[in-house]
Amino acid sequence: MTTDVAEPVEAVAIAPAADPGFLQRYGGTIEYILIPGAALVGALGVFGIFVAMFGKNPLDLYFYMYQGAFGTWFSWQNTLTRAAPLILTALCTALPAQLGMVIIGGEGALLIGALSATSAALMLQWASPLAVQLAMACAGMAGGGLWIMLSGGLRQYRGVNETISSLLLVYIALAILNHLVEGPMRDPASLNKPSTREIGAANMIGSIPGTDIHWGLVFGIIAAIASYILIYHTVFGFAARVAGGNIRAAKIVGLGVGKLILTICFLAGASAGLAGMVEVAAVQGRTNANLAAGYGFTGILVAFLARQNPLAVIPVAILLGGISASGGLLQRRLDLPDASVLVLQGIIFLFVLASDALYGRIGFLKGKS
Amino acid sequence: MADGSIGLWTVPLAVFGGAIRVSTPFLFVSLGECITERSGRINLGLEGTLVMGAMSAYGISYLTGSPWLGVLAAGVTGALLGALHAGICSLPRVNDVAVGIALMLFGTGLAFFLGKPLIEPTAARLPAIDFGWWSDIPQLRAALQINVLFLIGVVLAPILYWAFRTTRWGLLIRTAGESSDAARAMGHSVLLIRLRATMVGGFLAGIGGSFLSLFYPGSWNEGLSSGQGITAVALVIFARWDPMLCLWASLAFGGAAALGPALQSVGVTSGYHLFNAAPYILTLAIMIITCSPKRTLTGAPAELSITR
Repeated sequence: MTTDVAEPVEAVAIAPAADPGFLQRYGGTIEYILIPGAALVGALGVFGIFVAMFGKNPLDLYFYMYQGAFGTWFSWQNTLTRAAPLILTALCTALPAQLGMVIIGGEGALLIGALSATSAALMLQWASPLAVQLAMACAGMAGGGLWIMLSGGLRQYRGVNETISSLLLVYIALAILNHLVEGPMRDPASLNKPSTREIGAANMIGSIPGTDIHWGLVFGIIAAIASYILIYHTVFGFAARVAGGNIRAAKIVGLGVGKLILTICFLAGASAGLAGMVEVAAVQGRTNANLAAGYGFTGILVAFLARQNPLAVIPVAILLGGISASGGLLQRRLDLPDASVLVLQGIIFLFVLASDALYGRIGFLKGKS
Repeated sequence: MADGSIGLWTVPLAVFGGAIRVSTPFLFVSLGECITERSGRINLGLEGTLVMGAMSAYGISYLTGSPWLGVLAAGVTGALLGALHAGICSLPRVNDVAVGIALMLFGTGLAFFLGKPLIEPTAARLPAIDFGWWSDIPQLRAALQINVLFLIGVVLAPILYWAFRTTRWGLLIRTAGESSDAARAMGHSVLLIRLRATMVGGFLAGIGGSFLSLFYPGSWNEGLSSGQGITAVALVIFARWDPMLCLWASLAFGGAAALGPALQSVGVTSGYHLFNAAPYILTLAIMIITCSPKRTLTGAPAELSITR
């Protein structure tokens, strides 16, 4: 009797080449695109109603959002320039998520990375530009990495919740930045806007030839692809996913969970730290309070919308970079406050999380398992 | 003493005054979060609720001229945001920590959006009760200008402590937080209990926000709350989900937060930003000392995802 029942079940599992094969193979992927996509459309709809309440035409809104984000070559460049730090800060949330950790302190790692990179550049003024840039990248990554590793270590060795500790570290990082920028590292010439000295025009990383997009975008894409390979195609990544799926199983098979947590958190923070370095070396040229522009917080949204997949982070970051790029146009043409981008991001975030309930429930995709 | 110069005594006095003045938002948010977490759910979005509460209180107070209506509006706004949190969390497979993060971003964004026209005008502020009339020292008198909301919060803490232990509602909330199966077996809807607990939590957090915009600092701007909400959420954890400990911890935090401005008032300006970060550093330090990887925290509601 038991074998009779077991037999056909196995047959179905082994032979997916039958009719519903396409959905079996790609149903999951379709779901991962369809559901967040629907959440995005729903959020845009609600945002349209929201601005309609303030007497603005939602169709104008969508038109200007498209114009400001992807309408012209100029807006594409703006979008991609904003996407660069978003890819990197999103990885700061997406990498620890593989271990089941919720890290939301990318903003702090970005600020510390920027400070470290600026310090390195100011100390190495005599060196060649390439050496300075390399030193900046290393310092930024080390600074940001250690900052998030602190959260990971506290979680592993002291049981401190990493979500709260990483967010508290954002405010501490901001205080350190303000303290150094207004005190020991202040450039006496910066009167209205306290800043550090400039790293020097020669040391700036330039733009991709033929565009106004800086090289940070390339750094971000490389980091995302490297993270993807690390997580899905290496033994280390496999171990991390095992630990994220079932921490007890990971301990039983002898995985060094502590080492995994510290390494992943370091890489996550290094990524956000690199975002800080890029913002200094490609945009600002110095460190000041302008760096706390919220890229770290938008990065959290990017990571969740990409379902913590490092590769999916790239298109999602471009999309959200576009939304923030369109903010200026919305302000000028529709007279909406600059915070409207924040409202839209918040609505998207809520829709994306609520859409988590839909997975595995869409009728025509049921064939997948 | 005659000319009111009391030298370095200004600092402890200002810290004492700050403990009373600055602690009120911490107190309300932590008491609210205490109720929510006791029901087995964590709402990290109270940072956003705090800012929304501050904005709506200021707006309503400006429009109606009555600060108390503003306080009420802040509470209602907070309760609505709490309902949003609970509503999304009651969907299957939705993570309450993530929803909290989303609400934090949504609440602050919405408050900045709606509050843009409120930065210029001045709204009617909450009155203070003068407890320092017997003193000649202006600093002491300033420190003893105590707001009614603070007194309400101080009274609320023991009431909540008592309510958790003895009332039917307190027991229901704790049952939902300790074992949702037990609450279900008793015939109660866990989702409904948590919805109400989150709404009450949001109501209190909103009132905490109204204190920020209507009493101290007493104006609306976008830098009004920087992490006070999230600090208060962390505070609940090391207050062991005990309303009375929330009260003492809030007072300690208020004192720590007043250290920066107090030192600045006596001329110590270097390290001003670092002293302003004192509450966050203190939170982190206390969490490091009191948490342990080996055991779950005593008093932690068993259903709470964040301590598992």
